[in-house]
Amino acid sequence: MAVLVDAHTKVICQGITGQQGTFYTEQALASGTQMVGGVRPGKGGARHLGLPVFDTVKDAVDATGADASVIFVPPAHAAHAMHEAIDAGMPLIVCVTERIPVLDIVGVKRALESTNTRLLGPNCPGIITPDECRIGIMPQEIFRRGRIGIISRTGTLTYEAVEQTTRVNLGQSTCIGIGADPIQGMTFCDCLALFMDDDETEGVILIGEIGGEAEEEAADYLKANHSDKPVVAYVAGRFAPPGRRMGHAGAIIQHGTGGAKAKLEALRDAGVHIAESPVTIGTTMAQALARG
Amino acid sequence: MHIHEFQAKQLFAKYGIPIPKGEVASTVDEAVEIARKIDGSGWVVKAQIHAGGRRAGHFEDAPQGEGGVRIAKSVADIEKHAGQMLGHALITTQTRPSGSDVERVYVEQACDVQRELYLGMLVDRHSSRVTLIASAAGGVNIESIAEKDPESIIKLAIDPLEGLGEEAAQSLVSKLALDEDQASVATTVIQTMYEMFIALDTSLIEINPLAITAAGEVIALDATLTFDDNALFRHQDIQALRDQAELNFGELEAAQHGINYVKLDGNIGCLASGAGTALATVDAIHLLGGEPANFLDVPPVAQVGRVKEALRLLLSDPGVASILVNVFGGGIMRCDTIADAIIMANRETPLKVPLVARLAGTNATFAIRRLKDAGPRIIFATDLADAADKAIKAANQTTQIQRRSWWQRVRGVSG
Repeated sequence: MAVLVDAHTKVICQGITGQQGTFYTEQALASGTQMVGGVRPGKGGARHLGLPVFDTVKDAVDATGADASVIFVPPAHAAHAMHEAIDAGMPLIVCVTERIPVLDIVGVKRALESTNTRLLGPNCPGIITPDECRIGIMPQEIFRRGRIGIISRTGTLTYEAVEQTTRVNLGQSTCIGIGADPIQGMTFCDCLALFMDDDETEGVILIGEIGGEAEEEAADYLKANHSDKPVVAYVAGRFAPPGRRMGHAGAIIQHGTGGAKAKLEALRDAGVHIAESPVTIGTTMAQALARG
Repeated sequence: MHIHEFQAKQLFAKYGIPIPKGEVASTVDEAVEIARKIDGSGWVVKAQIHAGGRRAGHFEDAPQGEGGVRIAKSVADIEKHAGQMLGHALITTQTRPSGSDVERVYVEQACDVQRELYLGMLVDRHSSRVTLIASAAGGVNIESIAEKDPESIIKLAIDPLEGLGEEAAQSLVSKLALDEDQASVATTVIQTMYEMFIALDTSLIEINPLAITAAGEVIALDATLTFDDNALFRHQDIQALRDQAELNFGELEAAQHGINYVKLDGNIGCLASGAGTALATVDAIHLLGGEPANFLDVPPVAQVGRVKEALRLLLSDPGVASILVNVFGGGIMRCDTIADAIIMANRETPLKVPLVARLAGTNATFAIRRLKDAGPRIIFATDLADAADKAIKAANQTTQIQRRSWWQRVRGVSG
């Protein structure tokens, strides 16, 4: 088992004919992912990289039975692409595009309500179940199929966790990048629930960062939903310079959450093993598992 | 993107949110002229910087209690206050310790304030919606009010499909203890805030305080507006409001090259790709006892030229004693891009300080071979722990050598 994606997942790419869409579709094909087509309005009927291109997501779903879509559409049009995939009833959307206006995402989140569609991102590196399915931009070569579920809020730091779990011979069941934007689709909590129910996953790593309250929410979730699987967390930015601040609204709504200290305290309090340094993520998990 | 209060007030005026009469001045003479033009017996002189807490702030060379927002009763007062503010650094709880230079003051008509309310609007991560925050008691102490009495803070998450209708706005305003006329104005104000929020892709609109004057008028005494950087592409007019003087050493140059750069006080220059990795690099150095000179994140989409500019920026900082490049290639950021940038930067200006490179992920082996062939002296590291350790040692060595050569210069010893 694994979570969200496996060898049966059929994937289409929105923006397949663009530079990035082309590059990552090639990589996905090379790693054995079931890519079944792509979408590019105005180019329906064409073929690209040996795959059929459709005008709309709905056409693509009707013709291929795709159950996941990866989005490589530029920021100005990315929200439209997500709305289209939601309307087509796509079970999983992975939006890699970064720098999308936040109000556009507010609209997408609203459209997701009362649907069964799950969104990863935006501004996320994607999701990999090693040897089965690779969606997004993560480098394949550092992965090894194994026992650890990884959920990360930061793009490139995800790879650090992957490489370290590979190096301590634990490997990964599935690795999920949930994206670094203030408003995002699936959260730490959504993904934790999936990993806790997954037989193959023996431990979960959370990669967080300062800002927002995703880590505090994950801590609350873990307190309320006890599990024997160890959870390890690294929160980036303990020594970050304080940002220049304008106004009071952010401080009022955050209510003391958001700083590295508050996050680490909340996680520790929920029984999470803290990796103090970004270089000890893998070893902290190995120790936690050894202790049983 | 931040803008100044005077710019935010111009936008308020355009959308119809009531503000006191006022204008911006960049010299004392202009300030006096504006005061003469605005009738009334009193004025407020307000330093224009991109930070809050101005009233309680102080100027390094002015007596305590003389902050960045002051009442003037006479033209002589205007001269004195504008003179003490313009060209001086204002230090507040929200600025850097050295403060922000005041290049402009806003001179506006003073109001006889009876009550202060708070209104704020932002995108709330928790509800994923634009959220209005209001308090019947506002002013400089709003954060401590919110902390001591969270119940007094009213929040309204706005459904993007419905917007902020009159009924919802009225219902919220009814909790602010206003009379009928004031409530009607306040309702329009919060509906206008939402209209501006959507139309301008704002990330924060704050009115603190929204004042009730002795005459019963409702008026925005302060205005804070920030904009979503990701949406600036569809707002050319807002981009034009950017004040480049508000950026730090290197920050302007970095912004022009699309690099996220923040100057710190240490001696190890850091270059990483991806914000999380950049934060982790700073963390790793700190935890091993080193001091980063900066936070620098080159976005993964960067081309060779941009990475080279980032390196040049690090090398131009005289405080840098060693450089740590930490890149985990993945996606479109490939390690050979970093290698080429290092080779190019070294060709333009040979490296004077040791450079430690940790290259992993996509094309790392290829990149390392390329660097070895091209010749610049690079210290390679196998992982982040190794890299941080080597960069700290290299920085200590450089500092020792610099001290020694300084001593030799002082003693007149050559070589």
